[in-house]
Amino acid sequence: MADTLTLAWRQYRLERRLFWRNPSAAFFNFLLPLLFLAFFGAIFHSNQHELNVIVPGIAGMSVMSTTFTALAYNMVFLRERGVLKRIRGTPMPGISYLLGIAGNAVTNTAVQIAIITVAGRAFFGIGWPRDVLELIVFVAAGVVCFASLGVAFSHAIPNFESTPAYVNAVFLPVILVSGVFFDPAHTPGFMKGIAEALPLYHLISGLSGAMVKGTSLAANISALGVIAAWALLGIALAVRGFSWEARRS
Amino acid sequence: MTRGAFAIEVKNLYKRYGDFDAVRGIDFEVLPGQVFGLLGPNGAGKTTTVEILEGYRHRTGGDVEVLGFDPGERPRELRARTGIVLQSTGLYSHIRVREALEHFATMYPHPRDVGEVIELTGLQGKERSTTRTLSGGQLRRLDLALALVGDPELIFLDEPTTGFDPAARRGAWDTIRSLKELGKTVLLTTHYLDEAQELADRVAIIKGRSHSVAARADQRGTCPGRASRGIDGDAAHARGHLFGADGRRRAGREPAG
Repeated sequence: MADTLTLAWRQYRLERRLFWRNPSAAFFNFLLPLLFLAFFGAIFHSNQHELNVIVPGIAGMSVMSTTFTALAYNMVFLRERGVLKRIRGTPMPGISYLLGIAGNAVTNTAVQIAIITVAGRAFFGIGWPRDVLELIVFVAAGVVCFASLGVAFSHAIPNFESTPAYVNAVFLPVILVSGVFFDPAHTPGFMKGIAEALPLYHLISGLSGAMVKGTSLAANISALGVIAAWALLGIALAVRGFSWEARRS
Repeated sequence: MTRGAFAIEVKNLYKRYGDFDAVRGIDFEVLPGQVFGLLGPNGAGKTTTVEILEGYRHRTGGDVEVLGFDPGERPRELRARTGIVLQSTGLYSHIRVREALEHFATMYPHPRDVGEVIELTGLQGKERSTTRTLSGGQLRRLDLALALVGDPELIFLDEPTTGFDPAARRGAWDTIRSLKELGKTVLLTTHYLDEAQELADRVAIIKGRSHSVAARADQRGTCPGRASRGIDGDAAHARGHLFGADGRRRAGREPAG
């Protein structure tokens, strides 16, 4: 029988093919952050200070939408439609399947970060990232954190029809409070307090350090610590509540 | 017949959810190459029984062997040698018929030719269609095709014709008969008496709302359960007797079927 990684690779390739065939997935997971970047980039084109906030902010939002949002949607769909149960009845190891799904999401993250980086250099006066290693470390940490939180969150969603409401009830407030579109230094204290408790704020701090400010990884180590703590919580909840079968009502 | 010679062997199987008995002391055996019918009304515990044999659920008590394995441990080899058609399982909306079959074929050690499976299940002409454009009946045939593509020796069919019109039902019956001709062992659940009569070499009856023996059929053909008379034909060396499951429904706990 084909080994675990070969099967994961085949699943990954199938997921990539199907991703582009599904217009709504391609739009919400892929084009929307890039549209936001183009839109806000155009508004702030003469204000470098704002551009320095927006570009890493959108990069952080992209990490969240390609992992947290996409996986929460996907896992509820696959669970409620019975795809997970069908896969469970085949000799394919469950981990191969989940690696294929996660690999698909991470590919979208990588492509978006690459596009945002190039756009930052070409259109928004950001230049190439100051610290590529730091960028990679923060994107990787963000992916693990938000992917596991997305899977964990899917356990709380009872059916596929209500998925958009559940996901947006988390996604929209988090991107607003975490300073995707403005410098959180200028927000009221209580908002800043909420933002600082959440992982996206720290991911954006790290990405800003890597892409714009040139602050070192060591200087952003506490941000990395907060993301890691959320990642551990996410992994624990993702594993604990995992179900291969649809919820019965 | 020694232990291990059966494709499926079930002894005193119990499944309890809290204080609710979904399956209450079932025994039966299925010989290799047989089509075995599990007949009973909705809520009698047919699906629970089958899902225990498929490895989806853990039993509360009793012994179960499928192709010599304990399905509760979900060994990969057992999954490679069984094909499962569940009552309702979905698929990606944008996958094409042939693409899905080719993908599933790669999961198995000795898959069947995809073209052959398409022909066997009557999906010719639909190879390039995405699943969201298929009719309900075509989707059920794709379910069967996906279960057959690994060339399993044992096939579970959970209510394969529920919701079919008469013509589609006869088509499905022909397909199931052709599985028998291929030498496959088939365990099928149904709540249609005529379907069990038409297809099954042997039938066990699970009856709801009763804790007592619902039907008993052995190789001598003595069938105290009235409903089983005339169904259990020969069945050399095989015997089955079933204790009815408690048919009370409990929302949120009882699996369908």
